[in-house]
Amino acid sequence: MISARHRAAALVISVSVAAIAHAQSSPAPAPPKPASAAATPAPARTVALNVSFTQFTLPNGLHVILHEDHTVPLATVNVWYHVGSAREKPGRTGFAHLFEHLMFEGSGHVKEGEFDTLLEAAGATNNGSTETDRTNYYIDLPSNALELALFLESDRMGYLLDAMSPARVNGQRDVVKNERRQRYENAPYGMAQIEIDKMLYPEGHPYRWPTIGYMEDLTAASYEDVVEFFKKYYQPANASLVIAGDIDSATTRALVEKWFSDVKPGTEPVRPIDFPHAMLTGVQKKTMEDRVQLPRLYISWLTPSFYSPGDAELDVVSQILAGGKNSRLYKRLVYDLQIAQDVSAFQASSALGSQFQVVVTARPPAQGATPQSAIERIRGIVDEEIAKLQKEAPAQREFERAVNQIEASFLNRMESVGGFEGKGNQLNAYYTATGNPDYFNEDLSRYRALSALDISAAAAFWLPADQRVELVVEPMKGGEPGKDNR
Amino acid sequence: MKARLTIAAAILASVTIALGAQQAPPDRSVAPKPGPPDAVKLPAIQKRTLSNGLPVWIVELHKVPVAHVTLVTKAGAGSDPRGKYGLANLTAEMLDEGAGSRTALQIADAADYLGANLSTASGSDASYVDLQVPVARLAQALPIMADVALRPTFPEDELKRVREDLLTSIVEAEDDPETLIQFAFPRIVFGAQHRYGTMPFGTATTLKGFTVADLKQFHAANYVPSNSLLIVTGDVTADATIARLESTFGTWKGAPVQAASVSTAPQLTSRALYIVDKPGAAQTQIRIGWVGVPRSTPDYFALRVLNTILGEAFTSRLNQNLREEHGYAYGASSRFDMRGSAGPFYAAAGVQTDKTSESLTEFFKELENIRKPVPADEVEKAKNYLALLMPRNFETTGSMANSLAQMFVYNLPADYFQTYTQRVRAVTPTDVQRVAEKYIQPDKFAVVVVGDRKVIEPGIKALNLGPIRNVEIDEIMR
Repeated sequence: MISARHRAAALVISVSVAAIAHAQSSPAPAPPKPASAAATPAPARTVALNVSFTQFTLPNGLHVILHEDHTVPLATVNVWYHVGSAREKPGRTGFAHLFEHLMFEGSGHVKEGEFDTLLEAAGATNNGSTETDRTNYYIDLPSNALELALFLESDRMGYLLDAMSPARVNGQRDVVKNERRQRYENAPYGMAQIEIDKMLYPEGHPYRWPTIGYMEDLTAASYEDVVEFFKKYYQPANASLVIAGDIDSATTRALVEKWFSDVKPGTEPVRPIDFPHAMLTGVQKKTMEDRVQLPRLYISWLTPSFYSPGDAELDVVSQILAGGKNSRLYKRLVYDLQIAQDVSAFQASSALGSQFQVVVTARPPAQGATPQSAIERIRGIVDEEIAKLQKEAPAQREFERAVNQIEASFLNRMESVGGFEGKGNQLNAYYTATGNPDYFNEDLSRYRALSALDISAAAAFWLPADQRVELVVEPMKGGEPGKDNR
Repeated sequence: MKARLTIAAAILASVTIALGAQQAPPDRSVAPKPGPPDAVKLPAIQKRTLSNGLPVWIVELHKVPVAHVTLVTKAGAGSDPRGKYGLANLTAEMLDEGAGSRTALQIADAADYLGANLSTASGSDASYVDLQVPVARLAQALPIMADVALRPTFPEDELKRVREDLLTSIVEAEDDPETLIQFAFPRIVFGAQHRYGTMPFGTATTLKGFTVADLKQFHAANYVPSNSLLIVTGDVTADATIARLESTFGTWKGAPVQAASVSTAPQLTSRALYIVDKPGAAQTQIRIGWVGVPRSTPDYFALRVLNTILGEAFTSRLNQNLREEHGYAYGASSRFDMRGSAGPFYAAAGVQTDKTSESLTEFFKELENIRKPVPADEVEKAKNYLALLMPRNFETTGSMANSLAQMFVYNLPADYFQTYTQRVRAVTPTDVQRVAEKYIQPDKFAVVVVGDRKVIEPGIKALNLGPIRNVEIDEIMR
């Protein structure tokens, strides 16, 4: 679940999540990738994806990746800090995201409000978002203003605390509480995922609590927490910086050295999170009420972390179940029977493990039917379809259709440089998870290497009917909707 | 020889790093000033015409091996006959539910198999068929797109299904305060009769009335070459593309269309408040405004600058006040929704329930203040923001196609993007004040709130902003 600084990003749901691996990566600069290496012979099906880059590491530990794309005179400055809500202490849930908000409120040499004012005057837009394993920030701007962005980005990396005060924490605390009200409490089905995470992960597991945080923990967050969190997690060696777009790599490297070299290194390296892998041992069911008219069913499984075996297979499974009109669940529930309004299936990949989810919203139950019976019928069909896929490999055309859609999405993602979905952010995501910023071809190869049989095998292994979590959201019968009782 | 060179290079490199490490800290007392912006290389639009008169605009973008094709037809909600609001939208929705010799499922299968994203949509002034596809599959995808756009079959059973889907979406909308206010505000400002008082997809009543004959008639009358433009952007060459388009779109025929026009809605004349009750809501959704301007307004650029300052940019006054200064909201904004005829202007936010009246006070403070002279540096910042953001319209095949479509739909001059920056720069603080006084008149605005009435009404009443009327959900949805 992503919490973003402001609304523009609210719809972003598919950015890969950071891995902890980064903290262990060698500080020695990796050699630039030779241009020829990118031209890996592609399978007959389509072209190779080539994203050339250079990279280096500053003495303070900040890893920097540069990528040139001169399509339009724009550049993006994209920073990942390898910390997210998974690092939060008990009683301080939502803190990583609250901290993200504070990163825009000024730093040692940037007065409150100036960050945005200076950038807007230069034609720039910016945002940040927080997930379980990482917090990312981007500034998209005309390339002539690149140095301004480097000044601002380095100043908050090096001197955030010089400008921090309890008043600033209070200001953003109120904003974040309203973000929670708007995107979770007041939104139909908004509290469902918070409930699902509590059912999937055991007490103490870093993914158990919501990135947005619990209200009382947001209330409790203090100035002292900010100081501690910054010193611990916002050190340059725990970050990676991508600058992509209409830039000259040599000049940009000199500018990065100019602005980021005085950022003090941290005192203690950030260690990987060590928590036992979460496992489900049976079926857990729960029903919650919400101010909605249509009942909705969520079925969730714990699945492999990103880029590990099974992860790509489950992406294809999700396509086969719910990608397009001919997908199995859509066709049966929405198209043929018309007992569901919508269906979705997705593998939400993260560093410590992923979750696979099937979500179905029921049509208004027919006369005489109850929400419960409508959901029961839907649940039965979802089970039938998954069982069928587990037993029998999908037809070759059905399988290829799913992979072709995934492959096309790779191409489409290569078009833009900035924002949460552009190449800049993807370079950082790949670097964080694999150590290789240009992992585009390798990532795509995961899907190309699959066969139809792999898909049914993965469905059989990872989506067992007897180890999963089921949440039903039902129309409220009266009184207040299901409270977020932990 | 070669080895020595390599060693020399390595030494040089390490010297650079050492120097980098030792360099004096930069002067942080002054923020670096951006240099002059690079000249934007505006895309060359290659304008052609097919043998049937259908204009084609092609922009070659050779970065990624993808192509984007848009067929834009000047018939949107504004072309809906009175009493049949939602017909343009339903027609567009139904285009890919059966076309040529293919069924709905066959169309989806064929497109998905190619990795193509084939979609249809309808807005207030135009309808769109969009194709995004790996360029290697363009030749196979175009005939499917042409079938969808030109030869839809509108099967009866698919109409029933799609209608039910839309009717259910309307039920779902009632549950979401953020969606509900999108129904409520235009209904209150424009009324149920005016086209802009009803959502583009119509109401449950109009939806239930549509027949296959309605769809066929709307399609035949409006989807014709003389009312349309074909846009191709991406990794293509114009000549090869034209040949391909000629064989897929070149035989399309149709009678000329009488341009649709939506009458200008009567303006509001006095302030009133409207409450839509949402018991238990954690936030109150607020929209404040009235009838704004059409896309053709001569004040377009001055209004863009004005609105950037008031509620478009992150540092805009409304967002700074309600979010950053008071923390009442996650965000606040304002918008002139410009269409063929005058669309709505509104300022909006979702605010915490117990700060509803405080938020209204701040809204009105800002709406009054914007009518006073705006400091020159604030105007300058907004102009820079707008002018320098412009290149983003051309980054991707999709955004490029969309920019060109807007030029076509709103009859913008051929040099629109060439002169855009200069026209933004020409806006003066006096212009901003003039359009603010003309188009922002808070004492005549409608104030629409969706929230927990029993909690928020007393506070709202105490503000004495004007008469308060309670609005039933049924009144804004039907």
